[in-house]
Amino acid sequence: MVLKGRVWKFGDSISTDLICPGRYFHLRSNLPELAKHVLEDADPEFVKKMSEGDFVVAGNNFGLGSSREHAPTIIKLSGVSAVLAKSFARIFYRNAINVGLPLLECNTDKISEGDELEVDLSTGIIKDKTKGFELRAKPLPRAMLNILKDGGLVAHIQKHKDFKLD
Amino acid sequence: MGKTLAEKILSEKSGQNARAGDIVIAKVDVAAFQDGTGPLGVKQLQKMKISKVKAKTALFFLDHAAPSPRKELSNDHILLREFSRKSGAKLSDIGEGVIHQRLIESFVKPGDVVIGGDSHTCTSGALGAFATGMGSTDVAIGMAMGKTWFRVPDTFRIEVQGQLPPGVFSKDLILYLIGQLGADGATYKALEFGGDGIERLSMASRFVLSNMAVEAGAKVGLIASDRKTREYLKSRGRLKDWRPIAPDKDATYERVIRINAKKLVPQVAFPHTVDNTKPVTRAKGIKVDQVFIGTCTNGRIEDLKIAAKILKNKKRASHTRLIIVPASKNVYLEAMKLGLLEIFVRAGAIIMGPGCGPCVGVHQGVLGDGEVCLSTANRNFKGRMGNPKGFIYLASPATAAYSAIRGKISDPREIFKKRPRKKG
Ligand code: SF4
Repeated sequence: MVLKGRVWKFGDSISTDLICPGRYFHLRSNLPELAKHVLEDADPEFVKKMSEGDFVVAGNNFGLGSSREHAPTIIKLSGVSAVLAKSFARIFYRNAINVGLPLLECNTDKISEGDELEVDLSTGIIKDKTKGFELRAKPLPRAMLNILKDGGLVAHIQKHKDFKLD
Repeated sequence: MGKTLAEKILSEKSGQNARAGDIVIAKVDVAAFQDGTGPLGVKQLQKMKISKVKAKTALFFLDHAAPSPRKELSNDHILLREFSRKSGAKLSDIGEGVIHQRLIESFVKPGDVVIGGDSHTCTSGALGAFATGMGSTDVAIGMAMGKTWFRVPDTFRIEVQGQLPPGVFSKDLILYLIGQLGADGATYKALEFGGDGIERLSMASRFVLSNMAVEAGAKVGLIASDRKTREYLKSRGRLKDWRPIAPDKDATYERVIRINAKKLVPQVAFPHTVDNTKPVTRAKGIKVDQVFIGTCTNGRIEDLKIAAKILKNKKRASHTRLIIVPASKNVYLEAMKLGLLEIFVRAGAIIMGPGCGPCVGVHQGVLGDGEVCLSTANRNFKGRMGNPKGFIYLASPATAAYSAIRGKISDPREIFKKRPRKKG
């Protein structure tokens, strides 16, 4: 599957508190409303500026902090097609795959805000159309690829009635 | 070839020879949710038409919004109460305490596999349990099926030698270590704490280390189950839950980090990341608007005792609010029995009901614009206490209590110098 969109660039250490602030705790059972505040404490204008299909591109340790699955869930709900970062925090990584939000681990230094990207999820090849270069993301571990392919963990379990990881 | 604690427990629970890097499916002994992550978990189970749980111990804790400050959260509580009643899961209602404190007090045993819908589930690792935080869907499915999958982590052995000097605590040790490792320095790894410096620590001090393992990115923070573990479980009326569990002498570690406890000084994590740690001497004099003593990191009776020792017959600075939150009902009762609550109230503190209190910005002490909070919690991320314009510093209960009196960040060694401290 090939995704196309524009880049919104963030720095290192984007925590789940920045993605999904604790002060909106009361909206956790109202995901569409919560999604209106996605990444608000990292960039208050993000939701207004972005369009369906765009990419979030960040530095190291994206998603560190709490285990709240609401963080990847509202990134997906807001219309972001994938997150690219130099590295991801562990719980966030697993949550994103479970809810079907694609993540790509690669060196994001050369990608700038506003660049047009083309991302092929099956090969992990990222093309920066604006600057004309190509990157390859680290492949997903097989267990996670299997879950992502089934459309997330709930779908995976419904399909196999068990974990089917290799 | 020998095994690390992580490999040992996961081998036992998966029935496989689990080695770092392997993918295993392990039995889940304890699966737990709190009120922020539980509702999404329950909805996933309802979507799958699952109404019964299979994990040996399944629990829901109402602690983050306790009591609820808004109708939306009250409705989430209703959902969790109803689901636990019908599914066979236990409910720990408001007033019982923070998930991790309740798990160690009453539910987790050495050798258990524990999954929790909360990143600080790693706290239970100090009991020698493989305890890790996960998202709502993972915990829901683990709770329903009584098993989950893991990638067996590589281990960093943290070898601690010697005794902490007076005025320096395990909170300072873990803040120092996180400063050295960085917030992602141990991502996907297990931390395994050991050495005579760990053996001599009380369980209360050990829980602080395991609690904050995730702040270096780690999956678990493990400590062998020994004599101290036995004493702790015995004191909780759970002697039969004890068994020794230790890593093999010839276990393979990805890294060994040695720390000389004798050389440590009190640490402060500066805003807005936990790894932004500095010796307290570099923070001295920073004016503090609010001091918060509590949480799953440092809201235990031992922490309150230290705070009370410092606050006895003293008053908080007039410009500094002091909020104290016992981590559980048991801690609250004990503090009451020992007369600590009176010391706190006389010192000008406000004492809240057991729970997370202001830790995550839901209620009970949200910061104003530009305000500084010195907290004994585990996280100081921007926005964490409800306002992205607030500034959170992290330190030990001793540093926090002393700073509350002085109204600015202060070095607790100034008071501990005067009297020798007991071991541990
Ligand atoms: S006390 Fe703070 S860190 Fe601990 S579980 Fe509650 S919100 Fe999380």
